[in-house]
Amino acid sequence: MASDVCKHCTHAACLDVCPTGALIRTEDGTVIVQDDVCNGCGYCVPACPYGLIEKRQDDGQAFKCTMCYDRTTAGLMPACATACPTESIQYGPLGELRERAASRVTQLQAGGEAGAQLYGDRPDDGVGGTGAFFLLLDKPEVYGLPPDPVVTTRDLPKMWGYAAGAAAAVLACVLGSFTEGRR
Amino acid sequence: MSPDTQSVAPYGFESYYGRPVLKEPAWKTPDVPLYLFLGGLSGASSVLAAAADLTGRPGLARASRVTAAAGVLSSLGALVHDLGRPARFLNMLRVVKPTSPMSMGSWTIATFGPLAVGAAASELTGVLTAAGRAAGIGAAALGPAMATYTAVLLADTAIPAWHDAHAELPFVFGGSAMAAAAGAALAAAPLTESGPATRMALAGASMEIASTQIMTRRLGLSGEPYSPGRAGKLMLTAKTLTAAGAAGAVLGRRSRAFSAAAGACLVAGSAALRFAVFDAGVQSARDPRYTVIPQRERAARRAAGTSGE
Repeated sequence: MASDVCKHCTHAACLDVCPTGALIRTEDGTVIVQDDVCNGCGYCVPACPYGLIEKRQDDGQAFKCTMCYDRTTAGLMPACATACPTESIQYGPLGELRERAASRVTQLQAGGEAGAQLYGDRPDDGVGGTGAFFLLLDKPEVYGLPPDPVVTTRDLPKMWGYAAGAAAAVLACVLGSFTEGRR
Repeated sequence: MSPDTQSVAPYGFESYYGRPVLKEPAWKTPDVPLYLFLGGLSGASSVLAAAADLTGRPGLARASRVTAAAGVLSSLGALVHDLGRPARFLNMLRVVKPTSPMSMGSWTIATFGPLAVGAAASELTGVLTAAGRAAGIGAAALGPAMATYTAVLLADTAIPAWHDAHAELPFVFGGSAMAAAAGAALAAAPLTESGPATRMALAGASMEIASTQIMTRRLGLSGEPYSPGRAGKLMLTAKTLTAAGAAGAVLGRRSRAFSAAAGACLVAGSAALRFAVFDAGVQSARDPRYTVIPQRERAARRAAGTSGE
């Protein structure tokens, strides 16, 4: 069992591709959707490497986990971390959580859980590390998580380059079609 | 669902009960494939129209201007239908955001649209002809971008069949847009002026078919969704119609009926291609193997130190 929590990527594809500026990064480093700005274009949905963000059925606007922005700004913990009876979901400063998780992994591995690993804790991964990370006991894909996610916009400068090349080819072909004598 | 289905051993990868990792694109069909197709048709038509105007082919210019205007208006209509209500398009113009192909595309349409429509309106009414010609040239300057940006729109996602195709997809869409614009012109313009449209049909069809071939061969596993099922049938339909249309454009260039039929094939082939590419993307999001296996391989290459990533 795993919560379908937004990973709050350091390099967030949903935020990058959003054409309206509805997706923003908060002062806490999390990523949220502004309901009054989102126009329901749905671009964030296929952009998310975790398949997390989704469109609401009724108004078609995007929605996802906000890491309970409303609660945390009021000094509370996110609802999931508050409700979890075993404290499997923990909330706090990222550095502190990473230290705690690293020692727990070492402990588990020493206890014979060879597959114990952290997921999303490394700032040098394809999304620049995530604000919500996991301690897994098996490969990420077994939990339905992508094993090596990369923010799609990392390749965007190259894509614009290819598109510019193709646009130039289109222009050249059309103009070239006029060079032979009139028929 | 029992625990023994967790490991999908025959496919050589694991997943959570075969459930997809990614969400399927939330875009509606036929709205978004039509938006892609009509934008391409319109963009390439505007370039054809301006070149025809500048080289003294008024019949070809007129037909292509009308196609460009009708194309961009219908394209916008398809987008608005997908969004739900017209006012939502205005939200696209809140910010200018180079990291969002949808933002860049919206600004392109918002600039191109009035120019293309203005050129056609002047053409049909005969008023402000100088301004109309200038608008037509302005639209043509943005036409190639209209024909290709939609490829970046699809490629800039996590969908493997789209993202991994980012090198070829702009050429596939650009060629397809040229074939469609040439097809529309062959069907609507006077035969005496359609020589350039015939050559453009050949160039566009060749570019589309060759780029598609290179793309699906290079992609490997990520290209698999382009061959089976509905996407595969649509790909084959697109290729057949485009090739037949291009051949018909050359062979039937002295016949009104033949040229019109060839033109219709080219337009239909271009539309089928957008539906095929869209469908392949949806398929590649549904099956976790297309997400998991390439990522596993990438991670393994990185671990072995053979990749620059």
